[in-house]
Amino acid sequence: MIIDYVGVKEINGSLIVIDGVKDAFFDEVVDIRLDDGTMRRGRIVTMEGERVVVQVFQGTRSISLTNTRTRLTGHPMEMPMSPEIVGRVFNGSGVPIDNLGNVFPDKKYDINGSPINPVSRIYPQNYINTGISTIDTLMTLIRGQKLPIFSGSGMTHNELAVQIVRQAKISDEEGQGFVVVFAAMGVKNDVADYFRRSFEKSGVLQRVVMFLNLANDPIIERILTPRCALAVAEYLAFELNKHVLVIMTDMTSYAEALREFSTSKGEIPGRKGFPGYMYSDLASLYERAGMVKGKTGSVTQIPILTMPNDDITHPIPDLTGYITEGQIVLDRSLQAQGIYPPVSVLPSLSRLMKDGIGEGFTRKDHQSVANQLFASYAKVMDARSLASVIGEEELSAVDKKYIQFGRLFEERFVKQGSDDNRSIEQSLDLGWELLSHLPKSELDRVDDETLNAHYIDNIEEYESKKG
Amino acid sequence: MENQNVIYGINGPVVTVLKTKAFSMMEMVYVGEQKLVGEVITVTEDLTTIQVYEETTGLKPGDPVVGTGSPMNVLLGPGIIRNIFDGIERPLQAIADESGAFISRGVAVSALDTEKEWNVTITVKVGDKLCSGQIYATLPETPVIEHRLIVPPKVSGKVKKVFPNGNYKLMDTVVILEMEDGSEYHLTLCQQWPIRTPRPVKERLAPTVPLITGQRVIDTLFPVSKGGTAAVPGGFGTGKTMTQHQIAKWCDADIIVYVGCGERGNEMSQVLEEFSALVDPKNNRPMTDRTVLIANTSNMPVAAREASIYTGITLAEYYRDMGYDVAIMADSTSRWAEALREISGRLEEMPAEEGYPAYLPSRLAEFYERAGRVTPLCGGNGSVTIIGAVSPQGGDFSEPVTQNTKRFIRCFWALDKSLAYARHYPAINWIGSYSEYFTDLDKWFADNYGDEFIKCRNSISSLLQEESSLMEIVKLIGADVLPDDQKLVIEISKVIRVGYLQQNAFHKDDTFVSLEKQLLMMKTILHLYERTKHLVSANIPIARVLEKGLFDKLLKMKYDIPNDKLEMFDDYIKDIDQKIEEIMAVQL
Repeated sequence: MIIDYVGVKEINGSLIVIDGVKDAFFDEVVDIRLDDGTMRRGRIVTMEGERVVVQVFQGTRSISLTNTRTRLTGHPMEMPMSPEIVGRVFNGSGVPIDNLGNVFPDKKYDINGSPINPVSRIYPQNYINTGISTIDTLMTLIRGQKLPIFSGSGMTHNELAVQIVRQAKISDEEGQGFVVVFAAMGVKNDVADYFRRSFEKSGVLQRVVMFLNLANDPIIERILTPRCALAVAEYLAFELNKHVLVIMTDMTSYAEALREFSTSKGEIPGRKGFPGYMYSDLASLYERAGMVKGKTGSVTQIPILTMPNDDITHPIPDLTGYITEGQIVLDRSLQAQGIYPPVSVLPSLSRLMKDGIGEGFTRKDHQSVANQLFASYAKVMDARSLASVIGEEELSAVDKKYIQFGRLFEERFVKQGSDDNRSIEQSLDLGWELLSHLPKSELDRVDDETLNAHYIDNIEEYESKKG
Repeated sequence: MENQNVIYGINGPVVTVLKTKAFSMMEMVYVGEQKLVGEVITVTEDLTTIQVYEETTGLKPGDPVVGTGSPMNVLLGPGIIRNIFDGIERPLQAIADESGAFISRGVAVSALDTEKEWNVTITVKVGDKLCSGQIYATLPETPVIEHRLIVPPKVSGKVKKVFPNGNYKLMDTVVILEMEDGSEYHLTLCQQWPIRTPRPVKERLAPTVPLITGQRVIDTLFPVSKGGTAAVPGGFGTGKTMTQHQIAKWCDADIIVYVGCGERGNEMSQVLEEFSALVDPKNNRPMTDRTVLIANTSNMPVAAREASIYTGITLAEYYRDMGYDVAIMADSTSRWAEALREISGRLEEMPAEEGYPAYLPSRLAEFYERAGRVTPLCGGNGSVTIIGAVSPQGGDFSEPVTQNTKRFIRCFWALDKSLAYARHYPAINWIGSYSEYFTDLDKWFADNYGDEFIKCRNSISSLLQEESSLMEIVKLIGADVLPDDQKLVIEISKVIRVGYLQQNAFHKDDTFVSLEKQLLMMKTILHLYERTKHLVSANIPIARVLEKGLFDKLLKMKYDIPNDKLEMFDDYIKDIDQKIEEIMAVQL
């Protein structure tokens, strides 16, 4: 028997309260039909006896206390899955918007997913070559990792994400089984368009599943967008054994939607008004990256977030950093110097890097170069702050060397064209070349054997010969 | 059934039941048709509130809620070691075998394997009087850990019947006791214990024995004692987890309990992989033979995350009661505090600082006070050392979890962002960290390594302090203008920082360093300092010494001197003396 519940008791923000509901369950999806015939969807978020609170995805605009008929659907929020889903475009709540009709489902997935059992995880160790020197050498991306880009408004994070997608050798040799899932949350129309065009230009559009919740789309839908996208990613990776790269932008808009939803529910706010459970909520998204035993597919995530006011201690980047396996931080002053990608090397990090590089993966000396570059570049910062007080002229000879090294490092190592695809050997050799500008005795993070094998004794001569 | 209790309201992981008197505080209950595990957290006449340890999607008002009559328990017995549990002691491997790679809900599996047979040796005979805590049988749990079966607390009596030695399963009776009231008590291979209650001990002992970690900065400058408490606070990327891993791998505790509380799934699989690959040099067996893992990753239910800390400490106490030294790593207590906050928020409790509940400090105190070096009921001694990671928001140590933790721990290893950025690991900042155990431990160090160890440590620590104040000046005017004796402090401190405090976890010799080698390294560094200081006071420029490469040589001695060739330090001392003589000769 299908019951329509007529009218609602209460409307508050995106929430409606319905009384007398029987046999509903927590997290169930409901269909709401307005008198003018439009359909909306909602989800049960709180229940007290027969009184249920429903979150309406498309918002409560023009809902009155009497003009709705609500019907229970009998299932939680699900996403239809089929191999044909690749290449499709959906809105933020998983409804196709590319005029190609509904997805004919093979299977239906609960968009919330289930946590991966820690004992069933494979520890990710396969490195992904992105062709970007800073990332490959210093914060290597690993298949099955979640590595966010911490950026700010107006910085080139989108270009960087596109370049990673274009150059990433995430697939196996034949290039088979590589899929991108793109989830846009509250991004501008232009940005979504930029991604679409770039995917098209690089010929991967047929391998992209897009979820678009644009800046003017319903905010509450935004809470579903990454979940739909990740459900698709899990299906493709663990059912069809594909390597999936998930790009989620912008996580800041997502977190703000979460805050709006939480406030309208009347929950006690935590830091900066964000709900106390934001850590768990973000974790339920980010932790869906990984590889599991018995499957050859993988889910790799590159979430992008714009740090409000470029503040890395803001709750959104802060909590994200505690969950993800490292971060790529972009820096506004580098961007102002015309350096692309403006990767701020020191606060960036890849936690899974240490076991995915070195002999058998990249090159034996990789860890040594990376350690030394980090350590030396940190000293550049010291030298610069000293120079800003006493002037560059007054610096000691060694400090001057560091200043020079810092300049070369930023101009030649960090800076890279958006079409420049460097192999890992090129990047590592370049690293050694730059380090050779420092006196050998300053390189204290490398053992002598490695140092002697790679250090270029007469660097000026070497470089002039190279032209 | 007329008096069956049913769900009234659902809000995230919190479920309420209307008007019932059936439940007691902290009672464990089963919720819904799938029998999800829950715990009663508030009781009023009108409303009983239950936190559910699993996802609540699909629960309906009207679903049954069944009490178990006892508080949240864990099952204690052989089979704990080598296992990996979730926050409420459910074995994850068994769950994976049953429900695949993703954790489904309401999986009913026994915490320990009830079918496995253990080779039990009974150590009591008929007529013996047994009281709680006494050992009645032993069995080899793993090749390195002998599991001692102890009489559960509050049970005592005379042995009435003893079964022969041999193979028994977990639930089999091996000894029958006649209690004082004449009833029989069957001792099996296992017992239950509520996780929120500390297990009783005979007496607490002073923390006079250090926990040797093989990490120089810890053992030398900020030692922790067996039975002590330490906190490792640090923002993300400062190496909290790495520090915890290193301590877990190398410290001289008998048993390691590693609690991954609200942390990353991939990290847990790394622990699993690394610990099984790592062979313990002491007995040539893999680390896993003496490790218990509790993994409640950040996407697993939040209520179970709150419980995981207590589960971990209860397992640790159980092995302590057998007379073992246990170290428990809690990574991270901030996630646990956040779980408290999250549940508190769902209960609409009045928040205190930053939204944390007002009882945060008392909960932290309860947890850390369960550490200690004790005489267990069976005699001898055992200890539980707690090493808790703290993840302060934004790396700011003034936030409530760090501040309150500081009140209840005695050893504070502050991780520093700028050290981590320069890839100086372990990034323990020597200025902001402290240990209160010196007075307790100094006697031990003096007895085992002589007064020298303490003297060297004090010199090193005061050199670092001096350097830190000199660096203030250097930052303003550069190092060149300093007089030579101060330059020497800067140079030797560099050797201490890079050559001594920094330690490479991936280097085969450097990952673990014995106290003996630590002492020799300190002595060599200080020897160079004393000799050079002598030259400098004789107005010989320090540049003369620097160009001899002695300082650079000591920077690399941690790699150049293998752990089994400590006699090489003599050559280093000789080399220093010889080169210093050369400089003096030229000068004269």
